[in-house]
Amino acid sequence: MSKVFIGMGTCGLATGAAEVKTAVEKWAAARTATVDIIPTGCLGYCKAEPIMDVVADSGQRVSYGNVTPEVAGFILDEVLVRKNYKLDGLLGQFRNGTTPLPGIPLIEEHPYFRKQVKYVLRNCGVIDPESIDDYRAHGGFKGLERALGMSPKEVIQEITRSGLRGRGGSGFLAGKKWELAKASTGAKKYVICNADEGDPGAFMDRSILEGDTYAVLEGMVIAGYAIGADEGVIYCRAEYPLAIARINKAIEVMKSEGLLEKPMRDGFTFALRVKKGAGAFVCGEETALMASVEGRRGMPRPRPPYPAVSGLFQKPTIVNNVETMANASHIMREGAEGFAAMGTQNSKGTKVFALTGKVANAGLVEVPMGITLREIVFDIGGGIPGGKAFKAVQIGGPSGGCIPAEHLDITIDYESLKAVGAMMGSGGLVVMDEDTCMVDMARYFTAFITSESCGKCIPCREGTQRLYEILDSIVSPYAKMPDEEENLLRFNRVLNMEGLAQVIKDTSLCGLGQSAPNPVLSTLRFFRKEYEAHIYDRKCPAHACKGLLTYAIDTNACTGCTLCAKKCPTAAIVGEKKKTHYIVDEKCIRCGTCQDVCRFSAVSVN
Amino acid sequence: METKQQARPIGEVIAKYPKSREQLISILQEVQAEYGYLSREGINTISSYLNLPSSKIFGVATFYNQFKLNAPGSIQVALCRGTACHVKGSLNLLDTCRQLLGIEVGETTKDGLFSLETVACLGCCSIAPAMMVNGRFFGRLDKKQVEYLVDAWRASGRVEE
Repeated sequence: MSKVFIGMGTCGLATGAAEVKTAVEKWAAARTATVDIIPTGCLGYCKAEPIMDVVADSGQRVSYGNVTPEVAGFILDEVLVRKNYKLDGLLGQFRNGTTPLPGIPLIEEHPYFRKQVKYVLRNCGVIDPESIDDYRAHGGFKGLERALGMSPKEVIQEITRSGLRGRGGSGFLAGKKWELAKASTGAKKYVICNADEGDPGAFMDRSILEGDTYAVLEGMVIAGYAIGADEGVIYCRAEYPLAIARINKAIEVMKSEGLLEKPMRDGFTFALRVKKGAGAFVCGEETALMASVEGRRGMPRPRPPYPAVSGLFQKPTIVNNVETMANASHIMREGAEGFAAMGTQNSKGTKVFALTGKVANAGLVEVPMGITLREIVFDIGGGIPGGKAFKAVQIGGPSGGCIPAEHLDITIDYESLKAVGAMMGSGGLVVMDEDTCMVDMARYFTAFITSESCGKCIPCREGTQRLYEILDSIVSPYAKMPDEEENLLRFNRVLNMEGLAQVIKDTSLCGLGQSAPNPVLSTLRFFRKEYEAHIYDRKCPAHACKGLLTYAIDTNACTGCTLCAKKCPTAAIVGEKKKTHYIVDEKCIRCGTCQDVCRFSAVSVN
Repeated sequence: METKQQARPIGEVIAKYPKSREQLISILQEVQAEYGYLSREGINTISSYLNLPSSKIFGVATFYNQFKLNAPGSIQVALCRGTACHVKGSLNLLDTCRQLLGIEVGETTKDGLFSLETVACLGCCSIAPAMMVNGRFFGRLDKKQVEYLVDAWRASGRVEE
């Protein structure tokens, strides 16, 4: 029987993996062959989705990218019948214990994977995430087994020795957190897995939950054993229906296998349940998350008391991110040394980044701490498409900052990113090219924070709103011709903007509020010239801020074809047939339609 | 996401939940899954079921982005406004959607066919810009594709599974 693996995570499904699966089924039915189709999670190379792996009769697993339903049958014919593996879209073969096929590169030698170290993502896109047997075959639950052979104290020591720091943002030592919760007295304790990946631009938690569900749950059971908790809650975003379905299924399977709700050692039992989030960015903050689990508005509260002392329902609680939990189960299986050997002095192990934006190879990358940004963006990411110039990377989502080209060579760890005004965050890494306006980015993030602020403390609720208004005034269209006084006023606003941002940073209640002005502060720090161009010259150098653009028709190039006038939604273009057309600026809404439809490149924008 | 043909009475939907505040968000989610939105009567029923003031329930329902207080269209267009999508031009797509559908974000067309909303991030940033329509994901979109899709949905009145 032949085996075919199809990447059926959310990104795979969105690009047509389900259609590829149907095509494979049809192919099998037409040849009365039995093909075992195994849906996997995401391999991380989203650019090449849908990805299909075919297992050759001799056992080697060969991976192909950009598979369409039309070519799926062709690939199966070539690989299974004609034994021809060198086809378009070939990504490489897996190292799986069989003798590698001659002349076919290994997948880890693929330029996208060469510099990556798969530690926490090792199973994603490789195993069938819904099969506990497949997970076991890849070393699953060995970590739990080893943990149960130790005392809870030894487990915590092991995690502490590995140097694992929380992957959700601030980078608190996971072992330390567990130790504090263990030291808290009380019969009832909770383990919470924070899967409320609200950071726009990050999706590693989704990918791990979809691609290696059991590893996360195993990590939670280990954490429960270590701190003496008997109940765990996974707080997962409702936007991840596939992840939620897989977790629920995995919990049922683990129950039937005696891994949940059954005594395991010294009366230690552990129960797990999923709590569906309802869409609030602030619920990524641990105290807000717990309020939400309790059925209230997700608003943070002051700390201390820390959750390790008084958390969910006032009981000692640890809250760890998905990636942290998955790491914990791998660390327990393989020992702290292997993990601690990777990374830098204070940041051990690997980190998964969601590499997106204006980059050739968008996807999930897992790299050891201490790698440079340049390596991620250019060696792994393949640089900027379309020959454009690199401008900055935005790292850490709405709490992070922008890092310009001159800092591309910093080595990435928690401290170095803070030093340049950004932060690790959950690991969203959005690449921006010359067409991206930094003022617009700052405005975008501030708008996001404004709508997501929970409203509890004034600096965040009012401050971010004012901050947004200032940014909006900078990029808004000018009704009148500029005058000097207006210029001065705008400059004054920018000066106040910096002060306001600092006040929000210093006085907000929770971590999200304190980091809310980071996008503004970091763009002001590195891209002050762009702000000045917006304010003084009323020009957007990147041509992204619509309000500051003016469209004009080149009188020499225009042939008077009338196409732009016909397509203009506001009838802002006038002109007779076969004569030069003109744009009436007052009516123009800057939609860019005229530029799109012009066949003579006569419409210019400035 | 799609509302079922024959909605059960609300009392039946929520009866399986224990009467505790902790269950509130789950109850609201289930009610919304059944009816497509949270009606005023629904909130009142939940209020007496949990013995919780309806103002508190309203507070929770308006706090979270997921909950709708108005009936959505049968085709719910949710455009992603995440960072990656923003960088790749989702704001222009939003303008396109607004023009094509003739409604603003949060509104439903008069014929009840379309409703338009934005979401913070769908988590498929690698195929940005993306949107989710009735639970189905569409990625690597551009203006032309959105126009084509909306035309097709308008003609057939539904989204293909």
